Amino acid sequence: MVDVTNGRLVDPATPATRHQQIAFVVMLACLLGAPFVAYPIFLMKALCFALFACAFNLLVGYAGLLSFGHAMFMGSASYICAHAAKVWGLPPELAVLTGTVVAAALGLVTGALAIRRQGIYFAMITLALAQMIYFFCLQAKFTGGEDGIQKVPRGHLFGMIDLGNDLTLYYVVLVVFLFGFLAIYRTIHSPFGQVLKAIRENEPRAISLGYKTEHYKLIAFVLSATLAGLAGATKAIVFQLASLTDVNWPMSGEVVLMTLLGGLGTVFGPVAGAFIVIALESYLAQLGAWVTIVQGLIFAVCVLTFRRGVIGEFGRMLKRTL
Amino acid sequence: MFELLGISPQALFGQLLIGLINGSFYAMLSLGLAVIFGLLNIINFTHGAQYMMGAFCAWFLLEYSGLGYWWALLVAPIVVGLTGVIIERLFLKHLYKLDHLYGLLLTFGIALIVEGLFRNKFGSSGQPYRIPGELLGGQNLGFMFLPNYRAWVVVASVVVCLATWYVIERTKLGSYLRAATENPSLVQAFGINVPRMITITYGFGVALAAFAGVLAAPIYQVSPQMGSNLIIVVFAVVVIGGMGSILGSIVTGFGLGVIEGLTKVFYPEASNTVIFVVMGIVLLIKPAGLFGRAH
Amino acid sequence: MKITRSLMLAAVVALTAGTAQAQLTNGEIKIGVMNDMSGLYADLGGPGSVVAAQLAAEDYAAAGGKTKISIIGGDHQNKPDVGSSLARQWYDADGVDVIVDVPTSSVALAINQVAAEKNKVFLVSGAATSDLTGKACTPNTIHWTYDTWMLANGTGKAIVQSGGDSWFFLTADYAFGHALEADTSAVVKANGGKVLGAVRHPLNTADFSSFLLQAQASKAKIIGLANAGGDTINAIKQSSEFGVVQGGQNLAGLLVFLSDVNSLGLKTAQGLILTETWYWDMNDNNRAFTKRFAAKNGGKYPTMAHAGVYSSLSHYFKAVDALKADGDGKVVVAKMKEMPTDDPLFGKGVVRKDGRKIHPAYLFEVKKPEESKYPYDYYKLKATIPADQAFRPLNEGGCPLVSG
Repeated sequence: MVDVTNGRLVDPATPATRHQQIAFVVMLACLLGAPFVAYPIFLMKALCFALFACAFNLLVGYAGLLSFGHAMFMGSASYICAHAAKVWGLPPELAVLTGTVVAAALGLVTGALAIRRQGIYFAMITLALAQMIYFFCLQAKFTGGEDGIQKVPRGHLFGMIDLGNDLTLYYVVLVVFLFGFLAIYRTIHSPFGQVLKAIRENEPRAISLGYKTEHYKLIAFVLSATLAGLAGATKAIVFQLASLTDVNWPMSGEVVLMTLLGGLGTVFGPVAGAFIVIALESYLAQLGAWVTIVQGLIFAVCVLTFRRGVIGEFGRMLKRTL
Repeated sequence: MFELLGISPQALFGQLLIGLINGSFYAMLSLGLAVIFGLLNIINFTHGAQYMMGAFCAWFLLEYSGLGYWWALLVAPIVVGLTGVIIERLFLKHLYKLDHLYGLLLTFGIALIVEGLFRNKFGSSGQPYRIPGELLGGQNLGFMFLPNYRAWVVVASVVVCLATWYVIERTKLGSYLRAATENPSLVQAFGINVPRMITITYGFGVALAAFAGVLAAPIYQVSPQMGSNLIIVVFAVVVIGGMGSILGSIVTGFGLGVIEGLTKVFYPEASNTVIFVVMGIVLLIKPAGLFGRAH
Repeated sequence: MKITRSLMLAAVVALTAGTAQAQLTNGEIKIGVMNDMSGLYADLGGPGSVVAAQLAAEDYAAAGGKTKISIIGGDHQNKPDVGSSLARQWYDADGVDVIVDVPTSSVALAINQVAAEKNKVFLVSGAATSDLTGKACTPNTIHWTYDTWMLANGTGKAIVQSGGDSWFFLTADYAFGHALEADTSAVVKANGGKVLGAVRHPLNTADFSSFLLQAQASKAKIIGLANAGGDTINAIKQSSEFGVVQGGQNLAGLLVFLSDVNSLGLKTAQGLILTETWYWDMNDNNRAFTKRFAAKNGGKYPTMAHAGVYSSLSHYFKAVDALKADGDGKVVVAKMKEMPTDDPLFGKGVVRKDGRKIHPAYLFEVKKPEESKYPYDYYKLKATIPADQAFRPLNEGGCPLVSG
């Protein structure tokens, strides 16, 4: 394992291990039983953000591209899904699909523009593009500006399953999350994933080996954007609301926070990070500004002494990658 | 021709002047950021919070010790600059060997902490701060009424920006700084205390932000969020100007202020976003920025 | 056998406890005060609204009320998603029966939805949008204190009729600002005035200089501020910097609270014309309430939003007492509409079918510094708009509850 302190953002990962499989089973068991001990809406919010963070981690942890504009995918998918469900009357599965497809398309366009640059310039381009999307969402009539799109119907999944019931909806959201999570998992542990890691470690060498690195990076970007969109669209159905918060730059900062806290480049890190951050925010919401202070402290502490994140440190204790 | 655009020449000149005034804030703030990035390779996200601290420092001085605006212009940059020195010594120092995105994340975290602490104490609504008596009133320029204070802001920032540029590009101290960035070990071998230069430079960049904060206090709300509203825009300015270029950030700051002012006339809703559009275009055509050198 | 009997008894008790209709949920009334606790609207509502709710509970107990009341506060940060998820959690998991205050129209609309879904009660005091009693009306919501129609017809009409017949608007670019501009433009035109132009600024604008320049160039007699909170304060401060009033124009603050005038100071705010439905210095009842309120609120005096929280809760308690139950939101609200209102702050009034609380509105002018004799002595009364004219007529709102 390459030591994080030598300047690289993340550790390279080894192929799927038994420990990862055990961790997956543990996670699944916890998530299956969770709604009986915790408030389902809180859990669904955490799951949506966990998917968002996993998608973000695919890009930053495995392809080495730090994007500051990921909120644009989550937010735009959220708006499109909300509009599709409310105004076009699509059933929830089609509305979510529409939102996700739009996010994928947006990912293709923005990725093609952003991939041309590296490092901080890549991050700045994604930020610029995200701010333009924010402006569009602010001005476009259908998004409702500061009001957002409200009264989004939950509907009936496949015409049969009533999503109005929070418990039912929770399990649907869980399925969506698992789908996204496993998709990322397969991607990471495939030949495509290996090429991505090679590009992250040493792009010139990968190019010299004959890989069209731009294509690989773009595909990773679009995949990340699509899954972030899936998270956003699902969230719109859960909360029956799409608002500017989802598409604004602090949201991009939040997903960085979750992934950093959980552990960049680990499989389970973003999930843990998302749950911890959402729980903290709920718990501290009474105290107003303390949420911001704690978020800042987490950033600072993680960067200074805790660079591997929660799961990363845990994995290091077990001497395994998680 | 102006009538075709739907606006009279007087109104246009008025808006250009306003744009120039806003541009002075952009110029000063992006100057501080450019100094820090150009010489230290640190992306200082805390800059907005330090600007806010400068404004609050001016307010504190007035509230609790009766020291007015002119004192604040001197004291606030020094005080906030010292806090910058402390941050650099305690935290930033450890990150120089790493990917410079870590520096960005750390300074982002510190910005959140500072803003949160101030918001906890003061809430988000602003504290009032009076325009100093000597600068009240204004001049009727015919095409608009120009408040004296705003004219002073332009003058002060032009002077400070040019002085900074001169020090860095034309004096011996400046040349040491520039050399230290290019090749720290060699410069250290010549007997120059490189870590101390770095600390002082960071402190100076922060002091510039605080100075801008004091200038802003009488006209914008002194509120904990004043920095975070501005920091993203200032980043865009720095990126457009060229991340290491002092001259680039000064010129771009004023220039973008003017462009924003014009947008406010023709399409005001877009005024917050036009800078990002420009940034996107510049990054795609000339990624190192208008005046930058590729690192 | 003994065990079976006690089991059966337990079952019977459990069954009857389950029918929430017949009694109070959790044996108490739980109130959720939600607003902006630390942002640009924190002074007009904020922690002060929790104080107002506490005073309402105290007075209820002092008058012999027996029900236990508990109060919690929450911050929606002016974001609809934060507000709606907090409302859901409060209603679903925390046993809250009624949510009060909620300034920021976009959040109020979101909570309006949630309350209807969960069949709880929502008493709006802080928000402005007249849609709450118009196309978005529900049988679970009552809109207290004020709304955009009342503001437009109060301030707008009075100014046009006193000679301010050409207007230029500075509008916050979101639903609230648009609505306020639209309502006021309609009033201006209906009274023989002209609207010379408008400019939309982003919410939370720090610098109004270029917008003020445009307003000055238009030469309109009145610059209408269709915004609120920090935006209004900034616009007013900067217009004194740019010599707007010396240049012969006047400002119309379409939504201004006592707390805003306090922030601005009389030197800057003098001469401003505004409409409110409650002012602390109008009668002895108000003054007595203010004394108690200020003691608990760090010396800050109550705004009309605070008074609205007190008044709406007092009426709510009466309704719940009459029904002896608070589980069914629709039923409680129907009772509140059925009973005429009477409280020390707003006096006698009525809640209409569309959920609109009716009371008179007052046109005030902000005093000059030399005219103010004691703290918070800010307003002089210019006119009273009687209750039956202050709010939009019942049949003009488009509320489904009215047309059937």
